[in-house]
Amino acid sequence: MRPELKFVDVISEQQRTQRRKQDLASFEHTHRAVITSVFPLTDMETLYRIQIIDPNERKRFSFIPGQFLMLELPGIGEAPFSISSSPSIHGEVELCIRKAGNLTNFLSKAGRGTIVGVRGPFGTGFPMEDMHGQNILLIAGGLGLVPLRSPIAYVQENRSHFKEVNIMYGTKTPEHLLFTYQYDVWSKDDINLNIIVEKADPSWKGSVGMITEILQDILSGRDNEFYHNTYAIVCGPPVMFKFVCNMLNRFHIPMQKMFVSLERRMHCGMGKCCRCNVGSTYTCLKGPVFDYWTVMNLKEAI
Amino acid sequence: MIFRVFEKKELKNLFEILAAHNKIVGPVEAGRDKHGEPVYAFSEVSDFNALRLGYTATKLPAKRYFLPFQENLSTYTVEDGEWQKSIDYNVSGPLIFFGLHSCDINALNKLDKVLLHSIYPMPYYAAKRKNMFIIGTDCAPQPFCFCRSMSSDTALHGFDMFITDLGTKYFVEILTDTAYNFLKHIRTEEPKEKDHILYMKTVSARNKKFTAQVDTTDLAKILDMEFQSDVWKHWGDICLSCGTCSNVCPTCYCYGVEETVDIDLKGAKKTKMLHSCNLIDFAEVAGGHNFRPERHSRLKYRYYHKHRGFVEAFEESLCVGCGRCGESCLAGINVPEVIASVRGGKSK
Repeated sequence: MRPELKFVDVISEQQRTQRRKQDLASFEHTHRAVITSVFPLTDMETLYRIQIIDPNERKRFSFIPGQFLMLELPGIGEAPFSISSSPSIHGEVELCIRKAGNLTNFLSKAGRGTIVGVRGPFGTGFPMEDMHGQNILLIAGGLGLVPLRSPIAYVQENRSHFKEVNIMYGTKTPEHLLFTYQYDVWSKDDINLNIIVEKADPSWKGSVGMITEILQDILSGRDNEFYHNTYAIVCGPPVMFKFVCNMLNRFHIPMQKMFVSLERRMHCGMGKCCRCNVGSTYTCLKGPVFDYWTVMNLKEAI
Repeated sequence: MIFRVFEKKELKNLFEILAAHNKIVGPVEAGRDKHGEPVYAFSEVSDFNALRLGYTATKLPAKRYFLPFQENLSTYTVEDGEWQKSIDYNVSGPLIFFGLHSCDINALNKLDKVLLHSIYPMPYYAAKRKNMFIIGTDCAPQPFCFCRSMSSDTALHGFDMFITDLGTKYFVEILTDTAYNFLKHIRTEEPKEKDHILYMKTVSARNKKFTAQVDTTDLAKILDMEFQSDVWKHWGDICLSCGTCSNVCPTCYCYGVEETVDIDLKGAKKTKMLHSCNLIDFAEVAGGHNFRPERHSRLKYRYYHKHRGFVEAFEESLCVGCGRCGESCLAGINVPEVIASVRGGKSK
């Protein structure tokens, strides 16, 4: 890559800082929202569509791909979830939630029409506008596809801004695959979809193995022009990060163009409870989306 | 800054004038330990004679008055599947703190940085902090005090007035107009040159009494370098992961949130409880993965947050050197020894 510094536009950075971040009254403000759709994806995961009830709050609620929100069932609990839907829709989000604990199990019993609480959005997102004119690798393992569905929606809606787009998605078995009903549409939007499972069942016709195998295939034999003009978004279990990021590194994808989304259990989302700290960095403020250079400088990140 | 001096007997007058109209929290003797030494605690106090201004150190900081161990963030009423949320910042009124040492004042200043002056300021803390009137008082260095190493042995701000015992008189620094107006109710005088000299002598005599030390030179960098050091394993092996250090720490603010349904099913509560990064579930996520499953990784994280992360964010450490954690630790782990062992590269 050319050793050339990028111009930093301070005004646009300032504009991103919203007023609510300074306002004492907004600290514990919860948007009342209603579950408008419950769509089972697998045995364990369900996609919930949630709409903010107040029309003004709905209009103002926007997010960038990669951000998370805090979802609350009063009396049951509150937990962070990545937003899994298109950022162009205001005040309505889709959350893909696995039954894993008290709150999520309770949620799986709650039907359409349930009133929930929503705080946020919080944290950093993927810099989609910076990626214009570039190739994109979207690499997901297991539930990692959930936060990636938002940048995928952005790419679909702005397909002309991107060059080659590849999704690499790996799960344990074909039964674990999420959003199977969308694969055709992604392909028709000229997004290459590469799926691999660790363990096939008799009906599986696709690849079997680890996600790094398909990544290797896609990256091998390209020229520097490709490597230097490619962004990578990686999301999955901690063990996957290491292998995938090391491989991207080997192919000289610039560290500042590799983004990962880290999972931690936030209790506040606002840099106060310290539960999401990595080393001593708040995942809820400086993340959950980090570039790989930052991650390398964090202790115990992945 | 405005300075005054006043006769010692005037302090009782000041206390009584303030106590007539305000709630006062101050150091009192809570009991005796097994050696017959007094155990001090911060408590609400209405009688000047119960106040122990010459106290050595309290076991617990005054934290419960600004970061209660448990408080409700919100309550809900639930009816026919609908709910309404109400928020209360849990502050009953202004409080006067009569006799905080510099370390505890500096602890508040440090907490202000993250809870008040960073993004998403915390109203629960702000409401209590903004309703504090603080009278600082000088202290006698104890063997476990290493505040001087942490630059917390004097407080430059964060209090309303600060009194220093000059023998027959009190020397008072006045920082706010509220304090200035309160002092109009008692007899004070302009300090003379001999008072200044006496003040400087008193302070320098006190400073000579510090014994415990921590070398903080380049500490943030060294902690990064020694992240994989075996000394952490050594301390982790003796640590009981009980969280007492966080409990007695004047600057530990980490917490967890839990929700409960009222027994009559008509309401619910969202409760904040102070947590400790030494407790096993601190960094556990959904599905059971724990980012810090070992004791040494949790103990290390605590040092990391205090002496590196906070430095990175605010150019100062989150430790005031009060030494309470070392005094209370059941395993005898204390900050000066841990830091020295990390700097030495080997365990003691």
